[in-house]
Amino acid sequence: MRWTRKDLLGLEELTAEEIELILDTAESFKEVTTREIKKVPALRGKTVVNLFYEPSTRTRVSFEIAAKRLSADVINIATETSSVQKGETLIDTGTNIEALKADIIVMRHNCSGAAAILARHVGISVVNAGDGWHEHPTQALLDMFTLKEKLGRIKDVQVSIVGDIAHSRVARSNIWGLTKLGARVMVCAPEILIPPGIERMGVEVTHSIEKALQDADAVNVLRMQFERDSHGAFPSHLEYFQKFGITTERLEKAKKDILIMHPGPLNRGIEIESSVADGENSVILEQVTNGIAVRMAVLFLVSQARDSGNADPH
Amino acid sequence: MQILIKNSRVIDPANGRDMVSDILIEHGRIKQVARELKAEADKTIDASGKITIPGLVDMHVHLREPGREDKETVFTGTRAGLYGGVTSVLAMPNTSPAIDSAASIRLLKEIVRKTAASNVYICAAITKGREGKELTPFAQLKAEGALAISDDGSSVDSTPLMFEAFKSAKEHDLLVICHCQDRSLSGDGVVNLGFTSTRMGLRGISSESEYKRVQRDLELAAEAGARVHIAHVSCRESVELIAEAKKKGVRVSAESAPHYFALTEESVLSYDTNMKMNPPLRSEADRQAIREGLRDGTLDAIASDHAPHTENEKEIEFERAEFGVIGLQTELGLAISELLEPGLLDWQALVQKISLNPAKILGIDKGTLGEGSDADLVIIDPHREWTVTKEGLVSKSKNSPFLGKRLKGVVEYTVCNGTLAYENQHAAGR
Repeated sequence: MRWTRKDLLGLEELTAEEIELILDTAESFKEVTTREIKKVPALRGKTVVNLFYEPSTRTRVSFEIAAKRLSADVINIATETSSVQKGETLIDTGTNIEALKADIIVMRHNCSGAAAILARHVGISVVNAGDGWHEHPTQALLDMFTLKEKLGRIKDVQVSIVGDIAHSRVARSNIWGLTKLGARVMVCAPEILIPPGIERMGVEVTHSIEKALQDADAVNVLRMQFERDSHGAFPSHLEYFQKFGITTERLEKAKKDILIMHPGPLNRGIEIESSVADGENSVILEQVTNGIAVRMAVLFLVSQARDSGNADPH
Repeated sequence: MQILIKNSRVIDPANGRDMVSDILIEHGRIKQVARELKAEADKTIDASGKITIPGLVDMHVHLREPGREDKETVFTGTRAGLYGGVTSVLAMPNTSPAIDSAASIRLLKEIVRKTAASNVYICAAITKGREGKELTPFAQLKAEGALAISDDGSSVDSTPLMFEAFKSAKEHDLLVICHCQDRSLSGDGVVNLGFTSTRMGLRGISSESEYKRVQRDLELAAEAGARVHIAHVSCRESVELIAEAKKKGVRVSAESAPHYFALTEESVLSYDTNMKMNPPLRSEADRQAIREGLRDGTLDAIASDHAPHTENEKEIEFERAEFGVIGLQTELGLAISELLEPGLLDWQALVQKISLNPAKILGIDKGTLGEGSDADLVIIDPHREWTVTKEGLVSKSKNSPFLGKRLKGVVEYTVCNGTLAYENQHAAGR
């Protein structure tokens, strides 16, 4: 199995083998992060540009550390302070970064599909660090990496994703990735936060948190994005917590060793009780650590594909 | 000027004709259609093995002039039409300024008189500025030559105002063309609501937002006794509602566009903004319903909804890109490839959909090859194929959803008002 894509845009278009290749590659990079000198020369002489159209600390820093551990040079562009403010288009920004001889653009954008559009217009690699509600592939990969590390497998594992599925790129990427690797996925949310046709992505839908927790090996708790509520239709913070919050009490009926995951940042007391977030089932901080290895793997693979000249143009 | 077209298969449903024949054109009109015509014409075209049909009448075209000449002009749009066999277009009023007064119609007519490459008919707005608040002066619009009224691009949301519009349109015998979209339902949607919008992480536009408004407008038109035409039908439910209304005797006609019978929402998954239009590409079931509606006559006409946009407005993030695609140059090829070839329509029916029926709906003397009528016709090589490319599209804008597609049926010559208005290089080189 060889990686041939110049870009990583989402998990929907990947095969199970490609996903496994990323996870396996990440495993060897994780070993690197345990060494005294946590740096390898794999991307020496390469330039990675973090192009962030949305505020993000965790993902950007994670990509930056990953790139630096691969010995790449890293440039961060936050669009609030760039030519984007002067009306530059996404494609112009991308082609300019290409003209500066960067090798990889890591992009976070508030519009779904932005990474795909950029990737069509530049010859350099594009790694999607989250596009609108569409996909956040490296988040899902690090979630899967953590699951595999903890449970030894992904096939037949029961994962429940709880929260605002409708507006969540994390949910979409997780659903594609997990179902491709044979996990059973359930999504749980109030009716208005379940997008139409989601079951065609191969998941079961429930509105009962009890049901979602019942047989789950892991629960991935999404951040409630109240800022997305343009119609005033979301439940209140308290109402959401009462109906869907992950609490110690609710976990009593779940499997004893259920894994508690969260992509962050946490809304303590809204989607998750502090005692759960900090409790012994929580792998939330391990997810953050694993994010570095997974992103190292992704940067390494897309760079290699382009260097070997085997990259599929699309 | 005389033109003699020899030996083509002449398909002319207006006169019940389908035979190999010659056509003699003189002084802008069809002088004679018969076998073995002898004439010392200025131009004689040997069209053996070719098909001649009346020029296409496209009743849904955005020429963008006045106001957005960077997207298209009356000249470039009508010229693109000639390349596609279109000899008559109905220009939609969502220009800047909108065509909502006698003065703005006169302005447009002046541009048409000076620059149009084919016949341009005018559709005026229903409400001033297309704002949905105050009706335009229908009597004056009609007197200036408007054939129809429409707020195309949006729908008149106020039901009482729309009812007034239908009543007044009936009084002035104006056709009302309805862009059916309930914005309170479609919201900020950009693709078909359902699995597609969910998969893409984009806001959806439901079929309901279309057909609920179709239902309202059919009811209002029926009650007022007005003539109503439903534009760019995209979903199954709308087709069903129109079929029902026709059964009840409502004076309704309807059109769909090639992208709705040729494409589905699958095409939009790559975030190609050339696949973004309003209404959006829908499901395979909807596409089948459109095809069946065209076959069984529920849908009377094929119209392009030619909506040019510049690259700057399209080569951006999907949700920020403009809605709309061009289609004047490709609609004939798509009708042949998608409807004739699979046997849904025969040549007679195809010509009806794309030429005769829209002419009848608009009440213009087009869509016919009868002796004495305007000489608007297209000579087609029905067997040759071509590929849609940016370079080959002559519209000012290149936002076609069919770039790269192979189409059957090449326009060899287009005659408009008795003049050889377009000649395919391939044909010319022979």
